Amino acid sequence: MGKTLFDKVWDKHVVDNIPNGPQILYIDKHLIHEVTSPQAFSVLEERNIPLLRPQQVVATADHNTPTVNQHLPIKDMLSRNQLAQLTKNCTKNNIELYGLGHENNGIIHVIAPELGITQPGMTMVCGDSHTSTHGAFGTIAFGIGTSQVAQVFASQCLLLDKPKSMRIMVSGNLQNGVLAKDVVLYIISKLGTDVGTGHFIEFAGDVFENMTMEGRMTVCNMSIEMGARGGMIAPDQTTYDYIKGRDFAPKGEVFNKKVVDWNTLKTDVDAVFDTEYNFDATDIAPMITYGTNPGMGIKISENIPESSNESFEKSLAYMGFKKGESLIGKEINYVFLGSCTNSRIEDFRVAANYIKGKQKASNINAWLVPGSQRVAKQIKEEGLGKIFLAAGFELRQPGCSACLAMNDDKIPEGEYCVSTSNRNFEGRQGQGAKTLLASPLIAAATAVEGKIIEITKYLN
Amino acid sequence: MEKFTIVQSRAIPLAIENIDTDQIIPARFLKATDRKGFGNNVFRDWRFDKEGNLNVGFALNNPQYSGEILVTGHNFGCGSSREHAAWAIGDYGFKVVVSSFFADIFKGNALNNGILPVEVSPVFLKQLLDAIIANPEVEIKVDLNAQTITLLESGDSESFEINEYKKTCLLNGYDDIDYLLNQKEKIEQFEEQNC
Repeated sequence: MGKTLFDKVWDKHVVDNIPNGPQILYIDKHLIHEVTSPQAFSVLEERNIPLLRPQQVVATADHNTPTVNQHLPIKDMLSRNQLAQLTKNCTKNNIELYGLGHENNGIIHVIAPELGITQPGMTMVCGDSHTSTHGAFGTIAFGIGTSQVAQVFASQCLLLDKPKSMRIMVSGNLQNGVLAKDVVLYIISKLGTDVGTGHFIEFAGDVFENMTMEGRMTVCNMSIEMGARGGMIAPDQTTYDYIKGRDFAPKGEVFNKKVVDWNTLKTDVDAVFDTEYNFDATDIAPMITYGTNPGMGIKISENIPESSNESFEKSLAYMGFKKGESLIGKEINYVFLGSCTNSRIEDFRVAANYIKGKQKASNINAWLVPGSQRVAKQIKEEGLGKIFLAAGFELRQPGCSACLAMNDDKIPEGEYCVSTSNRNFEGRQGQGAKTLLASPLIAAATAVEGKIIEITKYLN
Repeated sequence: MEKFTIVQSRAIPLAIENIDTDQIIPARFLKATDRKGFGNNVFRDWRFDKEGNLNVGFALNNPQYSGEILVTGHNFGCGSSREHAAWAIGDYGFKVVVSSFFADIFKGNALNNGILPVEVSPVFLKQLLDAIIANPEVEIKVDLNAQTITLLESGDSESFEINEYKKTCLLNGYDDIDYLLNQKEKIEQFEEQNC
């Protein structure tokens, strides 16, 4: 029997099998940030264990950083302390840190690919569930808890049971205005938030083959919202073209040799998946969520479904929506364009392209937060910044920002926010805030109109 | 890590599905750099209103309910990888969480902190919830060695699955770091051959 892409990468990283137990999996790259690492460093100190491979760890400050005035000391004492702790821990353990203000700083899942750290065939972990993003490169990448962060610090390995395999095929051509975010929101709305639990997903079919790397990252990023630890897409020429020339990418002949290797990372024709799903690309339309988990999504032209499930009703009550109603025309006061799902240059291009020549609606507070310093720089260089400014928008500095509202970027209580982030959980963007997940195009259109519009009518 | 053998206690019912880690511990409480004290803020925005008043309708605030066992709806712990969720649950005093389905990362985090996630059938889950709501004094016994969960009032019982390795760890209070540190030679050998 043939092997899946996942099998090929996983099996190559198995150090040993524990009889009747998990496998020891070797981790190539370990990404860390300020929120989930301090307690792991404490474990090393308490138990007097050295950090085994500091050169395989990369650190950034992203979750808890301000998105304005980053040059000034952080006002919040706890946040400031957490960042100081990260700096101290990285210095002490000889770890490369792209801290606040560094030209490579940004959201960990944005910077690792843009620096060429993420490469096909690797195993990568981070104390953050959206580590699944890196799977876009044909990488086994998944989020871990802080105890596991400490395990990787200590041994560069994790004890894991091999997950089951799932393939999600989407075939055909996407319609105008349908972005990677719509594809993944559509899939989650069809399959639910727990279908991927215990699995690694391979996304396959023409839709993903034709997608840019940034689109693929958006899709793999949200694998965890289906419950899967990770999602993967087989590397191809698009992948190699993206990696080539980046700071930490292999150079010259080494790169060419790597490509030969990477080309073997495709699921064999006779490989068997534990679970498979197939979707038709032409059925996918611009999506939006109406509830408090990412599976509660509809095509923007559809009405909220009817259900008498208690949790469903609790969710609608929180959102202030009724069963069977349409979201078109709902007034929205907040828009967030950012997060590890959608804060890369293509996302800002999509938004700028829609916004160009238009004006921000007067009721809208829009937070445009680039994923990294490099994205911010590119926004400026491509002249997108001028478009946003002319339309009345202001760009913020990089970070996770209102995706999880750990810093001051909180959506006020009771307000709706159309957000390009990944989670619409209760209070995720601020206590009592109501999140509607959507693509950067929908976010841009909402910011211009001040309400939700039937975007497909405008596009066609 | 503390050894886990048997927990016998009353239980708190939380019959909500898809409880995510943002509900278990909201992000604004993740600024701490140690592992202590998260129990004060477990389910913060369900336990308290915005002014900090106790929400009396919420199960954890209902004086009738108490115990070291939390019984919850399907897909408990979905969302972020924050281990703070497991720390908060443990710090509040729970030793066992019962559900018909757990999210992967939460399950692993719980086990790494000596908290036992017990996965039961949807039918047994409903039976447990109904029994606790009907009589909050009813006790539940969770026996890790026997891998059984029993409703003491009726004697109804179900067995649950747990990875043999993890079971040994919990019964003996070992954690994964102890094991991995002992594998250093194998790991270095792997690096020599593959990196």
